[in-house]
Amino acid sequence: MADLTPDARMGKPPVVAPGHTPGSVTDKISEIVLTRTPRWWWVAFGISFLIMQALLIGLGYLVFEGIGIWGVNNPVGWGFAIVNFVWWIGIGHAGTLISAILLLLRQEWRTSINRFAEAMTLFAVACAGIFPLIHVGRPWLAYWLMPYPNTMGLWPNFRSPLIWDVFAVSTYALVSALFWYVGLIPDMATLRDRSRRTWKKIAYGFAAMGWRGHAAHWHNYEVAYLLLAGLATPLVVSVHTVVSFDFAVGQVAGWHATIFPPYFVAGAVFAGFAMVLTLAIPLRQVFGLQDFITMRHIQNMAKVMLTTGLIVGYGYMVEIFMAFYSGNQYEEFMILNRIQGPYKYHWWALLLCNILAPQMIWLRQVRSRPWWVFIVAMFVNVGMWLERFVIVVTSLSRDFMPSAWDTYSGTRWDWAIYVGTIGMFLSLLFLFVRFLPMISIFEMRTILPEAKGAHKAHKEGDE
Amino acid sequence: MSHFKTAEGKKLYGLMAEFDSPEKLITACDTAREAGYTRLGAYTPYPIHAVWEAIGHHKSKLPLIVLIGGLVGAIGGFMLQYWASVEAYPINIGGRPLNSWVAFLVPAFETMILGASVSAVLGMFFLNGLPQPYHPAFNVERFSEASRDRYFLMITTKDSSFEPRAVRRLLEGLGPTEVNEVED
Repeated sequence: MADLTPDARMGKPPVVAPGHTPGSVTDKISEIVLTRTPRWWWVAFGISFLIMQALLIGLGYLVFEGIGIWGVNNPVGWGFAIVNFVWWIGIGHAGTLISAILLLLRQEWRTSINRFAEAMTLFAVACAGIFPLIHVGRPWLAYWLMPYPNTMGLWPNFRSPLIWDVFAVSTYALVSALFWYVGLIPDMATLRDRSRRTWKKIAYGFAAMGWRGHAAHWHNYEVAYLLLAGLATPLVVSVHTVVSFDFAVGQVAGWHATIFPPYFVAGAVFAGFAMVLTLAIPLRQVFGLQDFITMRHIQNMAKVMLTTGLIVGYGYMVEIFMAFYSGNQYEEFMILNRIQGPYKYHWWALLLCNILAPQMIWLRQVRSRPWWVFIVAMFVNVGMWLERFVIVVTSLSRDFMPSAWDTYSGTRWDWAIYVGTIGMFLSLLFLFVRFLPMISIFEMRTILPEAKGAHKAHKEGDE
Repeated sequence: MSHFKTAEGKKLYGLMAEFDSPEKLITACDTAREAGYTRLGAYTPYPIHAVWEAIGHHKSKLPLIVLIGGLVGAIGGFMLQYWASVEAYPINIGGRPLNSWVAFLVPAFETMILGASVSAVLGMFFLNGLPQPYHPAFNVERFSEASRDRYFLMITTKDSSFEPRAVRRLLEGLGPTEVNEVED
């Protein structure tokens, strides 16, 4: 059957390597979690955990000393904190796109990558969430952002995009966590039934909540999962739209643009797919998961990355065009300043990373070699960080009055906190691959020939 | 109803047959239904619509719960903003109206998604009776394979026509790999 599928005839690699059964899929994926911790895991986790210490030390010193330790100044009040926030939250978007939008579009290939893409979303949002909190200057008062009755009689200003952001990001974090957990329940039951150690049985059993795979339960479960996907889809679009409103609602040249919402959403998906590829390519190698995360997945993700990259490129062109079309001297100056001003190297580097590098994906030779795709994805990871840096810093450092101009660069503490969040992200990711199944086991079973046979046999019986 | 005993003299909950293919389970469900049994438990390692149809499906109530949750979230979120901005803390910001409803739509949209998503998850738990720490099905040792690659059908003593020997004969005629007693 496998060699007669339309995919195979078109020369596309399969979504799952042939010969797998529900039993073999279950054993292969649950074995990763249930066997002894490999030595490389301790090394990898240890390095990530060490890098995370930069974050903890940075945050500790920040609370002790105040945001004077950062490079922010007047007029550049939005430094690394906002750049990193937008970068991380954008990375998170690919997870939701893969798990929700591709589910609604019945893209079967999403099955083996959705679980860890969703985990990536959660961890990226966790990293992103740190930055607005510390950016407020007195993080211990960050709860003032939430609307709650207080003795001061104060309420937030709901007309401000910054408050919209609080609602969008906190909803996004919670819904992503729910979606992820719901997806995990049947697999927790599998691990509960497979583990040999009592404490593991108890821990996974708690998480499984007594799941036993009754047909009626599956029915409600599938309805819930589909509804969550339908809800997460507009949510993910709204989140980066609201993030772009933080800029677009302001009147700063280079921010005040109607292209921002779609351009930011495309940029988020672009950055997110690059990060999924960055993680998936090494993980499939070390865990030997080439049967489940096949070349098909890598090629499809690379193509999504290329497509969204082209949309981002369109966004850059519209920015340049609108600056001159507007006839506004501040807008025109802003673009010329990006191209030849103090941050010109950042701007040209971002063009190289975001526009030029992804074009390599057009070549079959590149996209059929995982490590080449990995290199392109690394370019995009860097490029998208530079993009946010250019947007935030060039406009603020050269605002309407030349007497107010100043330049900005991150201090060692800015870098420590930023690099530290990468350590935190990787630490969480390594904990995840060690303790939870990184591929959705039950969804993998549904795409095997055995499950498809059941559907077919029943349909024929009906006729 | 529950006066039946297992071989060890414990209280009997039902009889469980194990199958090695989804097709056999679907046929078994159909046959059991035709024989007049209504309280069937069909357990599969992944969702199979045909099994749900074979044991007598009904529509899930979840969409209604989610709709209500979404409406409560949207209306509640909007009213919170209206009340805070117009009643509790009216303040002139750049000459904008106190009831800046266009701006309030954005957080109201987010609270709608929040209300709907939380009710989808809690509603699913509620309808499925989860969390459920104990269920007799787990007393069958082989049942751990239900989360791997085996398919189970259980006929319970809750069925008014339940009679152990008749049920066993029925299940054994359906090509199972095993038939086990389920202790309550």
